[in-house]
Order: sequence, then structure tokens, then C-alpha cells
Amino acid sequence: MIRPIAILVGLGFSIVVLLAFVTGAYTWATEETQPSAEYEFYLAPHGPEGGFQHDGPLGTWDVAQLQRGYQVYKEVCAACHSLKYVAFRDLAGLGYTEGQIKAEAASYQVPGINPDTGEDTFRPGLPTDYFPSPYPNAVAAAAANNNAVPPDLSLITKARHHGTEYVYSLLTGYGPIPEELKAEFPDFDTPPGLHFNQYFPNLNLAMAPPITADGQVTYAEGNPEPTIRQMSADVAAFLTWTAEPKLVERRQTGWPVLGFLIFATILAFLAKKQVWSSVTPRRERD
Amino acid sequence: MSFPWAKEYTPTNPVMKFFDEKLPLPRLVYNAVGAGYPVPRNLNYMWNFGVFAGFFLVLQIVTGIVLAMHYASDATVAFGKVEHIMRDVNWGWLMRYAHANGASFFFIVIYMHIFRGFYYSSYKAPREMVWLLGVVIFLLMMATAFMGYVLPWGQMSFWGAKVITGLFGAIPVVGEPLQVWLLGGFAPDDAALNRFFSLHFLLPFVIAGVVILHIWALHIPGSSNPTGVEVKSESDTVPFHPYYTAKDGFGLGVVLILFAIMVFFLPNALGHPDNYIEANPLSTPAHIVPEWYFWPFYAILRAFTMDFILPAKLWGVIAMFAAILLWFFLPWLDRSPVRSGHYRPLFRKFFWFGLIPAMVVLFWCGGAPAEEPYVMLSQLATAYYFLHFLVILPLVSSFEKPEPLPYSITEAVLGSDKKAVLGENTKPAT
Repeated sequence: MIRPIAILVGLGFSIVVLLAFVTGAYTWATEETQPSAEYEFYLAPHGPEGGFQHDGPLGTWDVAQLQRGYQVYKEVCAACHSLKYVAFRDLAGLGYTEGQIKAEAASYQVPGINPDTGEDTFRPGLPTDYFPSPYPNAVAAAAANNNAVPPDLSLITKARHHGTEYVYSLLTGYGPIPEELKAEFPDFDTPPGLHFNQYFPNLNLAMAPPITADGQVTYAEGNPEPTIRQMSADVAAFLTWTAEPKLVERRQTGWPVLGFLIFATILAFLAKKQVWSSVTPRRERD
Repeated sequence: MSFPWAKEYTPTNPVMKFFDEKLPLPRLVYNAVGAGYPVPRNLNYMWNFGVFAGFFLVLQIVTGIVLAMHYASDATVAFGKVEHIMRDVNWGWLMRYAHANGASFFFIVIYMHIFRGFYYSSYKAPREMVWLLGVVIFLLMMATAFMGYVLPWGQMSFWGAKVITGLFGAIPVVGEPLQVWLLGGFAPDDAALNRFFSLHFLLPFVIAGVVILHIWALHIPGSSNPTGVEVKSESDTVPFHPYYTAKDGFGLGVVLILFAIMVFFLPNALGHPDNYIEANPLSTPAHIVPEWYFWPFYAILRAFTMDFILPAKLWGVIAMFAAILLWFFLPWLDRSPVRSGHYRPLFRKFFWFGLIPAMVVLFWCGGAPAEEPYVMLSQLATAYYFLHFLVILPLVSSFEKPEPLPYSITEAVLGSDKKAVLGENTKPAT
């Protein structure tokens, strides 16, 4: 009894889904799909030439680069973007000393309470404080930025596919609309208030080019020239660190774990072989 | 119950003797996964996956309990709490990545375990109850994993919860009140997050309970084997310990190597970047996709794009649930007297050239955007999926001439079975 019912149910489901397939296939075959500028001119993100020191399973942080990236964040990005999951104490990961971190924190004003009156006020930051947001709330952020809230950057490189490369490509990817695009899509234009960038999925980005000129940030002596590409790579590296401060520690834990597991598995294999040798049929010896 | 030649637990240590008299727990373990459980000697590595699943269940419970110590299921802080675990809790990143990837590995080994069951017809008599309990475990796992994915309160958490609970909204009449009741509101928020956390903590222990029943039910007939020929004599079996503890130990080592590669070097490869953006009810992600282990069923849900008597969405919901619930009926749908796919030429072709490609397509299309050609491909694969289980499987045995079976497991392994033929220990298992 169950089999005839099952056959009917099975035929029912497959007929309905095949009917949907036929109509879908008909529409697909007859309707021309409109080519879109977003589809044809979007570019996949890429990193700087030579990549990053933290790339690959053996990669480590380039502490000097992280410090330069932090400087770029502080002097450029921080005007609009918060970094709310990073605390000043975390800067120890960038090689700063306790004294430097205290001074760095104190250079920020963070929201606090007046100890005498209990009123809201601002006080100098402490190492335990988190990076203060440039705007008091999301409404203020939207109002100041043409309704596009600048995202928090703490996790940005994990919140995008190939995030580190995405940040680098986006920062270096501004430019005029290419002639080929104009030729193929004469109607395409970047609306006022937006900025053309081929690494942004719809090609039009609300963020104005933040890094516009070589030397926009002055690096301390002994550092590479602050070109647009260099500054973009540095801040992309820094934001990789803010998103995953335990990245290098994680990999460096992983290698001994892998080594141990491989050793233990070889032992387990030999043990298995020995245990089974008494019941495994041997090839007949003549 | 067991085979008459099963070794008996005979403790020599006075402490163990004391225990065995008052509470025979060591005896239970000895008979369940020790030398007291005779297992067919010819199991291949596909039979390792049950033990792997047990390992990952324990791993998920242990890492999950640690994570729960540092988490708070409040929609305003949940996302930040996960970051707190990643940044400030000692070894918190390891716990979280092990838990997130542990869920993926749990599903990988469970899918291998289930498809082992399909190929070797492990669901057939006398193991129907083992199979039914296994399907219950799988459903509980899906519920647990779905609710767990909501807890980090990222964009995919929120929108995934909204889409999946929205499925209940497709049910006529009671759908919308049911959806509101499930969520405790009109959209996922604190009420939903709190109950999901509570249930996500509870269900693994329910799973552990059903796993015990699953193993109990397995020990009544004993394990199946690649020939599908039941155990006939002592020479067909070896004791679980040390033979299969050694084999499972080696297999587990290989799985743990792969697991460590994921946890330490590619921890976010199986996740979605959008879940590192805090949940925002006002911003819909471009493509809402569930976790990869739900993709085949998500593809089936989306394959029904045409209203036909019922609305398309309702067809999708019914088909998605039916796709799993039909597994409950497999023991009675497949009536071939031969269990193992090794000896079923026609069934084997449908399995390797039908079911497996269909599943691959469903996996691939479920994670892809709802565009052509993915929708058309998933429609073909969905049609085959239902035809395979509900039409082909019940009918194939009528047209199939099975290949000759070995007389016994011993014969399959050694080429002859003189011992069994001579009639020693041929008393069937009771």
C-alpha cells in the first residue's frame, strides 16, 4: 500500500517541479537578458604587488606596516569610520609599549560622567577604553554622510569576500568612467554624491576617495614613501589585524597541533595494522 | 542481547568487581563499544562515520558550554559578545572556530553516514528502528544548527531566521499566527534570540539521548556490513575492541587533521562574510543563504517557482520537508531482498549516476543566487531526487537481477567458509 502512494507522491512532486522547469526554461530561452554595466565592468579585488607579510599559512604581522596603517586610519578613516571593537589596550599587538598606549588613549576624548555632578561629559581615554565613534549615533552618521552610514571598520576585512584585498582595491580603485564602459552603456552615469569605483559591486560608491594624494600622511623616518598604494596597503593590513588580532597566534598554534595530530595518526595507523594483522588474510605463499 | 560468542565482562580488579555488582556501568560500556560487542570483520572505512559523529557531538557540547559561559542572548549585545569571545576570552577564538567548524564537520560526517546507509541499504530489516532514530537525530541536528547560526546575531543570522521562520507563514490559515508564535514577535528580535539560545543549549542533550537509543537499537541486530549478508558464525565477527577501536582511532586522526586545517588556517571558509556585519533589520543582504549544510534542501525549496493549484511557496515548503521526511519510509519503500549496493547492478547505477550527481547539483545551486541557470538545474535535480526515492527505489528491484551473494562474511573475506559450513557456531543470533 505504501509503495503505490509513494510513487504517486514522487510523481506529483517531480511533475510540478518539471512544469516549473519548462516554464522557467522557456522564459530563459526566449527573453533576452539585458547586459549590465555592474556585471561586465565589476573587477575582482586584488592585493598590492608582492602581497602582504601576513599572507599564507606561515605569514606573520609586519608590525611596522600595521603601525603605519594605524596612522592612516587615525588621520584619514577615523574622521567618519568607527572602530568600536578595538580597545586602546589592544594596540600592544602593534608593538606599542604600555606608556605609549596610555599616552595614545589619553589623546582621545571619550564619553564619561562628571564625577562631581553626574552629568555627561568627556574625559581623556584610558587603555581599557574602546576607540570612540566619530558620531554620537547612527542618525548623526547618516545625516553627515548623505544618508550612507560609514560602516564600522573593526571587522570590515572579515565582512567582505577577500576583505583585505577588497579594502586595498577599493581605496586604489577610484577613477573616471572608462571609455569602453561609456561606449557600451551610454546611459550609465554615476549619480551626484556617489563616486565611480570598479571594485564596488554596483560601481557607484558613496564614500569619496579618502586617500587622494601621495604624501597625504607623513610617515616617520625609515618608512617607505607614503604613496596612495602604500598607504592603502598599510591601512588594509591594519584592518586585517583589527578584524582578526589572533590571526598569527592562531596559525602558530595550528602548526604544532597539526604536527602532533599527524604523528598520533601515524601511530594509530601502525597500531591498527598490528591489531588487524592476526585476522587480515595474508596472500598465499608458495 | 548479543551473539552467543560475545565475550563476557569478567572484572578481576576488586574495584571493578565492586562496581559491576552495584552498578554494571563498565559492563554496559564493555558490551556496547568494548570487546563484548562482536562486529562484522569486513567493515570498510565508511563504517567509521558513526564514531566520528559521536566525537563531533561531544566536541560541540564541550565547546558550546564554554562559549555559553561568555555569551549573552540579548540582541543589543550578542554580536559584541561574540567579538569579546574572539578577542578577550583566553582561547576564545579557538573555542568559537572549533564550534563553528565543528558544526560543519558534524554535518559532513553525518552526510557520509547517511549516504553509507543509502548505498548499503542499512535501513532494511532488521535495522529499521536504527534508521528511524537516525533520521530523528538528523532533524534535531538541523534544528539545533539553524538556531545556533542565529546566535552571533549577524546579518545572515537575522535574515536566515527571518526567511526560515517565514516558511511557516506559507502554511494556509494558521501560517502567520504560527510564525509570530514561533518568533515571539513579527520579526526576529530579543524574544526569538533568547528562545533560540535556550533551545540551542537544550537540543544537543536531546540528540545525545536519541543517540543512545540509536546505538541501543543497533546492538539488537548488530552492525550491518558491506556484503549485506548477516553474521552467521563467530568467524564472521571480531570484537569491537581492539579491532574497531583501533580502526576508528586511525580514521578519527585523519578527520582531526582535516578539522585542524580548517580551524587553524581556514576558519571562515565555510561561513558567510555577511555574518560579520551586525544584524540590521533595515538592510537586506543581496543574497540570503543558509549555512552550506542546508543548501540541498534550500535548493529544493527554491526549485518550486510555479503556482500549481497551491502557491509556489507552499509547494517549496512542503517539498523541502518531504525531502527529509520521506527517509522515514525507506525501509518499506525498498523491497529488494539484497541489502548491499555492491550486489545490485541497477540500483548501483541509479545511486552513482543519479542520486549522487543530483545531490551535488542541489548543494551547488542551494548556495548560488536564485538566478538561471541555477534554478533550472536545481529543478531537474529536485525532480530526480523525488523520483529516486519514491519511484525508482520501490520499482527497481522488480527489474533487477542481483549479483550472487557470498555465503557468508568469512567467505567474502577469506574466499571460503569451511568453518561456517562445518556447522560450528552456526546458531543464528538471538
